[in-house]
Amino acid sequence: MDTKEKSDNRLLLVFSHGILILFSILCILPIIIVISTSLSPEKDVINHGYRLFPREITFVAYEYIFLNAQKLLHAYWVSFSVTAVGTVVGLLVNAMIAYPLARKDFKWREKISFYVFFTMMFTGGLVPWYMMITSMKLQNTFWVLVVPYLVAAWYILLLRTFFQTVPVEIIESAKIDGSNEFGIFFRMILPLSKPVLATVGLLIIFQYWNDYWLGLLFITDDKLISLQYLFYKIMANLDFYINNASYLPPGISQDSLPKLSSRLALSILTSLPMLFVFPFFQKYFVKGLTVGSVKG
Amino acid sequence: MNNRTGGLRFFKINSTAQLFLLCTPALILLLLFNYIPMGGLIVAFQDYRVDKGLLGSEWIGLKNFEFFFQSDTAWRITRNTVGYNAVIIVLSTTLAVGFAILLNEITRKLFAKIYQTLMFIPYFLSWVIVSSMLFAFLEPSLGFLNRILVGLGIQPPNWYFAPEYWPYIIVVMAIWKSLGYTSLIYFAALLGIDREYYEAASIDGASKLTMMLKITLPFLMPLISLLTLISIGRIFSGNFDMFYNLPKDNGILYSTTDVIDTYVYRSLRVMGDTGMAIAAGFYQSVVGFVLVLVSNYLIKRTNEDNAVF
Repeated sequence: MDTKEKSDNRLLLVFSHGILILFSILCILPIIIVISTSLSPEKDVINHGYRLFPREITFVAYEYIFLNAQKLLHAYWVSFSVTAVGTVVGLLVNAMIAYPLARKDFKWREKISFYVFFTMMFTGGLVPWYMMITSMKLQNTFWVLVVPYLVAAWYILLLRTFFQTVPVEIIESAKIDGSNEFGIFFRMILPLSKPVLATVGLLIIFQYWNDYWLGLLFITDDKLISLQYLFYKIMANLDFYINNASYLPPGISQDSLPKLSSRLALSILTSLPMLFVFPFFQKYFVKGLTVGSVKG
Repeated sequence: MNNRTGGLRFFKINSTAQLFLLCTPALILLLLFNYIPMGGLIVAFQDYRVDKGLLGSEWIGLKNFEFFFQSDTAWRITRNTVGYNAVIIVLSTTLAVGFAILLNEITRKLFAKIYQTLMFIPYFLSWVIVSSMLFAFLEPSLGFLNRILVGLGIQPPNWYFAPEYWPYIIVVMAIWKSLGYTSLIYFAALLGIDREYYEAASIDGASKLTMMLKITLPFLMPLISLLTLISIGRIFSGNFDMFYNLPKDNGILYSTTDVIDTYVYRSLRVMGDTGMAIAAGFYQSVVGFVLVLVSNYLIKRTNEDNAVF
């Protein structure tokens, strides 16, 4: 009996590892192919297609991109500043409302909870939202890339659940010591909540860094083109000209369009910062990802 | 004594006001970007003109809806949106719970960490990037997948001209991108189960499978209901980024890839048909909301505790 159970458990462990290894490979395979192609000479890509390992390594694709670096560097700057401002402000604004909602003794807790979480169930949709933003004259401003994503009920839910785990006694004793609510929130709750701040912070960072949608809708000014939007535009132009070679402006042939490997090199450069960001947050990530029930 | 209660009362009001003050920035932003746009839904009953504005535009009753529902598009985008979402909700919840349980079985921390990180990587990438990666697989002559198929003696189809394959492609990509993240959410919840339950069960001779069904799953049920309900709330909204980027906004593929969100976007920005865009958007908001209410009711009927509100 005992040995059978042991071998059952062993089998389960092997099975678990097997499935997880398989899916992990599937997750990084496309990225390896993209990296490998971006490091391949163009002729290898054309003759041998996208491959898992380069036949020969060259950095020509990256050099080609940096020949024209000004646009790219500017887009980096836009993405970086939008992400930085959006993450700091967004984290603060969401945490500031999540904390009172975590406090059982907050009088308006239920009404405000409803106000917040109702937005997860019902929205006005794209058109009225779009009209609202244009009527505030936000198009082609830095803020249109930041403000629409600042508050999200989902982040408030994550933050609130974590804040609820802070023992009430700590808050009570701080009150007796004469702290006001702001003091308690900024000096005690926030420092105690690093895991959830890291988790939500990371999710917000991804959201801002990966966004091209706000650019697509509201930006025509070249100075405000973010990295993802730049990549989107390059891809869209390329697709258009590949499908409609006859529309190419005179004097430009299909061969002089950005090369296959450069395209992929650009996608690596666009995503790279996020791959570096994650390890810094991983320590906290799972701890901060607990979601409670909406009922309080 | 009197004095003391008076002081406490003052403190209490003051504290409520302070807490409310902390809420205000978010309350205002929600008002501007969520609640006022909800009111804006009334433009669905107007012949909205930018120059005349919300108050000056002519009321036309249900005309916008008539146009919308008389077109073939209404059915097509409803079927695609709801169909994709339903399949993705079921598959992704099942797989995420399954993967969370598998991750929980891994006793060596280092391995668990490595799997978590690798599985989470697709979530880092934007859909624009993922779309270009997909292209590296499906490109007619050079694509990775196509070359494998040719190697196996199978003539690959020209994917970007063949709508019939896209339901599979889209579902696979949706799961591929989000599974690492969703399974981490369930995994985080599993960490909260008291180990003693398992110890007690194993003393009683329960097998791993029994424990999974009798301890792990019931523990996860409220979270599963909550996340499913949230997804159902969005069952009428396709993930715009995914549906717009993966098929590269290619008209040939609309029959199986066009969803309400991509349609609304095109009506608004490409075709400039605000009436259609608004009617479709209104339909999306209202029906989506009704579905949330219905599913919450159904969850409540099966198990009171799992209902969200």
